Amino acid sequence: MIPALEVLETGPLVLIEDEGRPGHASVGVGHSGAADRSAHRLGARLVGNDEHLASLEVLLGGLRVRARGRLTVALTGAPAPARVDDRPIGHASLVDLAHGSVLTLGMPAAGLRTYLTVRGGIDVAPVLGSRSADTLSGVGPPPVRAGDVLPVGPAGATFPHVDQAAHPSHAVPWGSGDTGVAELEVLPGPRSAWVGGWGSSLGGLLGTTWHVHGDSDRIGLRLSGFRVERAAPYRDVELPSEGLVRGAVQIPAGGAPVLFLADHPATGGYPVIAVLTASAIDRAAQLRPGDLVRLRPPP
Amino acid sequence: MSDEPAPASRRGLTVLPAGPDALLLEVSGAAESGIAEVLALHERVRAAVDRGEGPWPGVIDVVPAARTVLLHTRPGADLPALGAAARALAASPPPPSSPPAQGEVEIVVRYDGADLAEVAAMTGLDPAEVVRAHTSTLWRVAFGGFVPGFGYLVGGDPRLQVPRRESPRTRVPAGSVALAGEFTGVYPRASPGGWQLIGTTDAVLWDPDRSPPAVLTPGTRVRFVDIEASR
Repeated sequence: MIPALEVLETGPLVLIEDEGRPGHASVGVGHSGAADRSAHRLGARLVGNDEHLASLEVLLGGLRVRARGRLTVALTGAPAPARVDDRPIGHASLVDLAHGSVLTLGMPAAGLRTYLTVRGGIDVAPVLGSRSADTLSGVGPPPVRAGDVLPVGPAGATFPHVDQAAHPSHAVPWGSGDTGVAELEVLPGPRSAWVGGWGSSLGGLLGTTWHVHGDSDRIGLRLSGFRVERAAPYRDVELPSEGLVRGAVQIPAGGAPVLFLADHPATGGYPVIAVLTASAIDRAAQLRPGDLVRLRPPP
Repeated sequence: MSDEPAPASRRGLTVLPAGPDALLLEVSGAAESGIAEVLALHERVRAAVDRGEGPWPGVIDVVPAARTVLLHTRPGADLPALGAAARALAASPPPPSSPPAQGEVEIVVRYDGADLAEVAAMTGLDPAEVVRAHTSTLWRVAFGGFVPGFGYLVGGDPRLQVPRRESPRTRVPAGSVALAGEFTGVYPRASPGGWQLIGTTDAVLWDPDRSPPAVLTPGTRVRFVDIEASR
């Protein structure tokens, strides 16, 4: 029998993701990949996987899977209550699933995305060298649905070294509306000057406490609460489309910033005034609509 | 990080910051000459990445656009060294009569687009002249984006420059051949779109199971052929 995860139930969205699909942006296919890369990598390290193997990215819990064969798994990212059959299991811990046992993942108290990593990886067919589902271009495996049987690949030569990780995400406030404000570090973007540069606190981007808007997804996070104004020389200038990176902070015509995440378009026609650091992108990928967020330069 | 990063410029190339793992190279030329500069720069960047010397192996994706080429690197790449290498590349004399790196493709078109008559009216040509103009020049893919496999093609007859439709269509069928501004393009799959539709093709421009998956990669030369004339 081929080891597999039999999907009994999914919540709002479950996607297969890995380290992404670089090399095709010039023909309109972005990099995609796990929205919270550090959570995906932590899962890979816990179970002894190569980071390029795919995990399941579970949005707001609600996943139920049954093990076919004996499997080793770990949950990382947004901590959510979970159990195997009737036994509660820990976050960021190695968990053994006996053949036929059922893992149930509840709703995270904070954060958005929990990663379920299986030793051997989710072994669906790669598309253009990656198993990542790209929600913008439609490239990669479709969203996971109840009834799917997801094959698990052969375990690698590396063995798990630890049973549990001290996951830093616990120590970092994700900024749910009443517990705090998430702080995201940004670096200069190619069009910083369009809003007056660092001298003007990037036109109000830094120092404003923003709300995460409900119209946010794997493509990008929309912020509301203020308008970033263009500097006088750029007020009526149109920017020809140019290549975008994950983490780009773009200011569309209305002045409400967009923070681009894993499934961002390959190119965009509005100025990118700043770019999130790698760890800030991961943090941003865990922010919920309504969360408060501030952007700041690195110390 | 309190100072405004000073864009370094030399012989028309500006190197702009784009976060921890990328640089944005901007050419100096305006509009159409800018696109020609981008195509030339992109070809040389691709060649440098393929040769794999100096800082170039750190580049994992190269994205040309209207006035810029984005260099996307592995985490931890030496961005100052890459910026210096890009400036040196742009300033060095062009390689002697390099053969075109990309091939030439033919796309057979049925010129039956919903906007053909309107395009004819806007350009002052009759529909047959629009078809002749569209098929008489060798187009070239300048850059991609929008959806997988879509290419912005330049090099057309200047009489064919038309504005986008005032209200975009919510659904343009796959294979639609269209015009907008100085560009022509082919919709690889059904999608919303605001370009003027002049014809349709059966050519499959995007197939992720094919290698390479896209026909219209930047630099590729394209000749459109009228299906009526090819019979």
